Amino acid sequence: MNWDFLLFWVILPLIILGLIFVFIRLLKGPSLPSRVIALDMMSVLGIGIIVIYAVVTDQPVFIDVASVLALVSFLGTVAFAEYVERRLS
Amino acid sequence: MSTIIWLSMFLFLLGSFLMFLAGLGLLRLPDVFLRMSAATKASTLGAGFILLAAALYFEDLGTTSRAIATIFFLLLTAPVAAHRIARAAYFDGVHLWQDTIRDDLKGHYDQRTHELESDPCEDFPADDCEEGVSLVIST
Repeated sequence: MNWDFLLFWVILPLIILGLIFVFIRLLKGPSLPSRVIALDMMSVLGIGIIVIYAVVTDQPVFIDVASVLALVSFLGTVAFAEYVERRLS
Repeated sequence: MSTIIWLSMFLFLLGSFLMFLAGLGLLRLPDVFLRMSAATKASTLGAGFILLAAALYFEDLGTTSRAIATIFFLLLTAPVAAHRIARAAYFDGVHLWQDTIRDDLKGHYDQRTHELESDPCEDFPADDCEEGVSLVIST
């Protein structure tokens, strides 16, 4: 059975659709924290896309990229939160 | 062999559907804090399912351990990041949803020093509640 068909035409479009929704929220988000949440979630969806790419190309090395992306996005989110909180005072 | 691949594809499908639901929730929910619940819980669970499915698909010790380490790291960091953003958003004074019933933190945060102060006698009046005792949680 050909699994690449399922991965390319069902599983990846679901994540891309979620990514489009998150991008709309990033563009029109009424407040800065809502945009920061959208950025954080885009990186989590990026982890999913990278892992699916690793399965499609049969290269397990890309799991490392997903791990590093999770690490860096956490630091970025905490830095944004600190900035938003400090901006007020 | 084949059963494991079926299970892996099912987990991929479940994880991507959860990520889709998280994106929909982020777009449709009315409030920053409600959106944060969708973005944190659903998307972390979706990423965890997808990583687990990749670990099942490759059937390799190194890949499995790296995928499980990534899942552990995601589960560890997502609540911390969400808490930091929620705190910053509350100080930022974002508008709550118009149908919000109660705001437990209202008036308890010092806007200047960013300290949380709470009086246990205010919300839960008990018999052994001492007067004048207040709890200060410093940052």
